[in-house]
Amino acid sequence: MPSVELRNINNYICRDITLTAQHGELLALMGPTGAGKTTLLNVIAGLVPYEGMVLFDGVPVDKLSPRKRRVGYLFQNFCLFPHMNVYENVAFGLQVQGLKKADIELRVRELLRLFRIEHLSERYPNKGLSGGEKQRVALARAVAPWPKVLLLDEPFNSLDLRTAKYLRMELRKLQSSLKITTLYVTHNQREASEMGDRIAVIHEGSLEQTGTHSELFFGPKNQNVSNLLGSPNIFTCKRSFPLTSGLAKVELKGVSLVVPYDGRPIEKVAISPWSIYISQKKPPGPQINRLRGPILEIDYHSPVVKVRVGCGDESMVVEAQEELWDETGLQEGDEAFLILPPRWIKVKCNEIQGAILCQKNTNLQRL
Amino acid sequence: MNRPKKIRPWWGILPVAIFLALWEGAARLNLMPGQLFLPPFSVVMQEFYYLIASGVLVDNFLSSLVRVVIGFCAGSIVGLIIGTFMGWKEILNKTFNPIISLVYPIPALGWLPLLMLWIGVNEMLPITIIFICSFFPVLYNTITGIREVNKELINTARTLGASERHILIRVVLPLALPNIFTGLQLEAGMAWRVVIAAEMVAIPTGIGALMMRAESLIRVDIIIVCLIVLSLMCLLFERSFAYLGQRFTSKWK
Repeated sequence: MPSVELRNINNYICRDITLTAQHGELLALMGPTGAGKTTLLNVIAGLVPYEGMVLFDGVPVDKLSPRKRRVGYLFQNFCLFPHMNVYENVAFGLQVQGLKKADIELRVRELLRLFRIEHLSERYPNKGLSGGEKQRVALARAVAPWPKVLLLDEPFNSLDLRTAKYLRMELRKLQSSLKITTLYVTHNQREASEMGDRIAVIHEGSLEQTGTHSELFFGPKNQNVSNLLGSPNIFTCKRSFPLTSGLAKVELKGVSLVVPYDGRPIEKVAISPWSIYISQKKPPGPQINRLRGPILEIDYHSPVVKVRVGCGDESMVVEAQEELWDETGLQEGDEAFLILPPRWIKVKCNEIQGAILCQKNTNLQRL
Repeated sequence: MNRPKKIRPWWGILPVAIFLALWEGAARLNLMPGQLFLPPFSVVMQEFYYLIASGVLVDNFLSSLVRVVIGFCAGSIVGLIIGTFMGWKEILNKTFNPIISLVYPIPALGWLPLLMLWIGVNEMLPITIIFICSFFPVLYNTITGIREVNKELINTARTLGASERHILIRVVLPLALPNIFTGLQLEAGMAWRVVIAAEMVAIPTGIGALMMRAESLIRVDIIIVCLIVLSLMCLLFERSFAYLGQRFTSKWK
């Protein structure tokens, strides 16, 4: 039975959304601004009107008010109560439920320790808490009253990239250890792929596709999903040769690349246009994943430029910032050099062949 | 490197001292038309002492103080309670806002003739005027303070399991305090200005009445003493509420 189930949700933004999240799963809701991601979280929390059904562990909660739904909600800007110190913020959800003071103290201290904010317990949110610390306090407060589901609305938007990345990793770890079903809203596909066990793509109030990052990346259902994933370049692999340290060499049509490898047969490889470097000069260093080819097409989509470059019998789209592109002085027909960093290359494995291979290996080990 | 110059607290006293010296000098040297209309500062201070020692000033001051305290407290408390409900419940705000918007612009003293007819010239008259004077600003500031509380904070409290009562008492009212104290601070001084005006027009006791008696006896020194008392009380009341507001919110604001 799914932990959270939405059945035919309709309201002023959402259009017939049906979605499930399993126990302990982190489901990333991805979509452009205004797609209805936050509204969907508000539907689950009971903060906005809707038609349809919301079920927690198979039990409808549509008639329950937000205070009785037991959801932990982390809003975009953390929404810490400014007049309460860190301890009081975390304790709030427990105090309003009328728990005993000693039990509250025990739970709050446990959470402050878990989120490593014990030393901040007397501080007020607007008096010397960094963005990362505020985020941890908000998260501790959200999970304090033992919610059934955690709703996170772009929680790292207001932080710098490095802090956001660190906190994403930390959140993922905490979420796994707490085993709490989580719905995580983001408009960033990189964030969605890093965080989500599965990703649900929402566009103009409708659910476009649900699946793992790899499923979406290699099999986008339509152009909206593909665009949201950055319209990746996808190539079919003709042959692959394992190299050392988790890498394999794959042969595409007239091009060979070094890609991540986990032992399973590689069926397809994909790379997002934004992750390919383009240059007018031959790049220095070992000639691994360095390609060269003529520029076939230049398409301006300010502030980026999409450039199609012919490589072997294939062609790939590269996305560059307009300012940086102008500096290269490259024109259609010129020869360009590309670098494809292996870590940004996604690999789709052949699951059936992979399973047979694993079976063979197991049998061999037994013999 | 140019360092910003420190402003020392006594610098504010300097212009006051110069003003008092000029006043004293001008009055003593008869630069103004005699002591009749501008007695020297020292004479005013002498009169101040005499009025306190004889009990005249204290009696009148206490009469005014009692009126201000009762009227101001009643007006503020009622304003705070009604403002809280109107700010919290949209339906109440929509229902009562039109009538309050119509009544609010009437100056408190504008009610005086009507109230003299309705309740007569007695102790209730200045108290009612002060009540009206305090009620509306506190009401408006409370409504504004409550409505300005971030809705996401309210929704956060809601999802954390807080009831409407809990949200109001533990989240909304504390966050509306800065606005409420602004209203209280403004009206604490205004209450003194209004009570003096009411006493001057209609009531035989209090600082305002003392000023009117002094005027009929052409005692400029007593009038100035009353003005000094009025000024000090306005300042004291306003600063007290500013201090209280600061005290309640400085921890987190």
